[in-house]
Amino acid sequence: MTGASIALADCGKTFADGTVALHRLDLEIAGGETVVLLGPSGCGKTTLLRLIAGLESPDPGGRVRFGGEDVTARPIERRNVGMVFQSYALFPNMTVEENVAYGLKVRRVPPKERARRTAEMLEMMHIGALRRRRVDQLSGGQRQRVALARAIAVRPTVLLLDEPLTALDALLRERLRVEIDALLRGLGITAIYVTHDQAEAMALGDRIVVMREGRVAQIGTPRDVYFRPANPFVADFIGTINRLVGVARNGAVEMPGGRFSWRADAAGPVELLFRPESARLLPPEGAPLRGRVASALFMGDRTRLVIAGIGETPIIVDTTERRQFHAGEEVGIGLDPEGLFTLAEAAAPDPQPREGAAERVTA
Amino acid sequence: MKRAGLFYAQLAFTILVCAFMVVPVVLSILAGVTANFFQGIGSGLTLRWVVQVWGLYADTIRLSVIIALACLAATLIAGVPTAYVLAKRPGRVARLIEELLVLPIAIPGLAIALGLITTYGAFEGFRKSWLFILAGHVVFTLPFMVRAVLAVLLAIDFRTLEEGAASLGAGFWQRFLGVVLPNCRPGILAGSLMVVTLSLGEFNLTWMLHTPLTKTLPVGLADSYASMRLEVASAYTLVFFVILVPLLVLLQRFGQPARRAERAAPVAATVPERAPA
Repeated sequence: MTGASIALADCGKTFADGTVALHRLDLEIAGGETVVLLGPSGCGKTTLLRLIAGLESPDPGGRVRFGGEDVTARPIERRNVGMVFQSYALFPNMTVEENVAYGLKVRRVPPKERARRTAEMLEMMHIGALRRRRVDQLSGGQRQRVALARAIAVRPTVLLLDEPLTALDALLRERLRVEIDALLRGLGITAIYVTHDQAEAMALGDRIVVMREGRVAQIGTPRDVYFRPANPFVADFIGTINRLVGVARNGAVEMPGGRFSWRADAAGPVELLFRPESARLLPPEGAPLRGRVASALFMGDRTRLVIAGIGETPIIVDTTERRQFHAGEEVGIGLDPEGLFTLAEAAAPDPQPREGAAERVTA
Repeated sequence: MKRAGLFYAQLAFTILVCAFMVVPVVLSILAGVTANFFQGIGSGLTLRWVVQVWGLYADTIRLSVIIALACLAATLIAGVPTAYVLAKRPGRVARLIEELLVLPIAIPGLAIALGLITTYGAFEGFRKSWLFILAGHVVFTLPFMVRAVLAVLLAIDFRTLEEGAASLGAGFWQRFLGVVLPNCRPGILAGSLMVVTLSLGEFNLTWMLHTPLTKTLPVGLADSYASMRLEVASAYTLVFFVILVPLLVLLQRFGQPARRAERAAPVAATVPERAPA
């Protein structure tokens, strides 16, 4: 089962009441790739997914292609997609087995073949024992497996997942995330996955499309968007980010908490960004930067420290030290030079989204 | 002790209210099987009146059943698709139609009957046939069917179910017959029971619309109270009861479609959304 490539050209969506859910954009997804659409609620990610699915049609001029074939005019039932809904949309009038077999039945797959493939799907998703159950007798995680099995059973060209894990509790979410990842890799299917959870996006995506207010904020691999965010929105939305404002002078940056070496060619005010894991705790004496612990949150695998007095705003540092930290305690900080970046240079590899009616972001 | 006093006062009041409603019914039924009501129960029990009622009024009973079933068929064919379309179309027009559908319930049956007579009375063949009564019953009962089905449709989030079916390749008819209809069965059942019960018992409209040759059970009942001896009319009431009570019991059992569907529907997904940065 290998997936088709997907190409969107000039696709936007304006609803009947005039709200623009999605500004016109181009997007290309390679066959077998898993692309995650990530953004806060109302950013247009679900609308984009529904355009690809065929549940919405793009504004005039927009084109959707699957493997080079124009499917814009086709409704969802003729696009051969598999879709997993946030609410699962399992049929309450059918058993687990009947739900999984539904797509095959609709496609008039002969009963014998249908039974074989259904059994195979149930086996693959580890829900064989539940085959005679009614949908309302299943737990959330079990429903999710049925929904996945049902969507994959028809051997779709494209698998679309609309916040499939949102309704589950954290522990189950993590477990199913691993399973879905293995499933998508194993099938080699083209998948589009919508989520507002950045950890989920990073774990599952070959590429992430970060969206905001109906526009693409950045497209890139998880490493791209994490280490080289194209703009402040992406930097803030994905992971935790620290900002240090200082003045560059003579190959160093100076700020209230101290100074550390930085590019020789830089001069004047600079804003440096880094992730919590790029900072190391040091003894205060002789450390390049010094501050005070404002609060310490023990999280088990690490302690998250909020440290004041280094820049204008407190910074967040993660440490694996096992001792207890106290508020007011003086600590020293060293920064990993590789983990330091500025937004201007981070933006360089990716085209910045331009303001304007017909913005194009091609991946 | 004060509490106990209040409790007994409430109990007495409840019993009194129940008796107020139940005693006339019991008396009426008793009258139907009493040999001579004016002499009282002492004159003996008999099924003579019931047999006489069957002889006199069997065709009104038959007509009532036929009209009720025809009315059910008509409201199913017209009402279920109407509810589906109303549920599917958002917007003001759909809501307006939904409100308009309640009008026949609010308008007195007599007024509806007059409306039908002034509009269609000139078509003599139609006016004289039982189909004229059927038309009145359909106008009166259709809203109940539409409402019952609509309530279930909205409770089960049928739109997502349909999208799910469509994503698996099902065309409109496959979705409608295979997914939408089976899942709004509780609403269809509740609506059907309501329609049949209302149609069987309908008097206001029917009394205006009937001809001497097209009498239904309630109209015949009114006739018999006006012109026959009390025991016959009471026996007639008894027959009416035997037909209607099982329907009422079923209605009690299946008559709350929305609540049932909610219980059956999967727990609504809660969406913890991340606040926009």
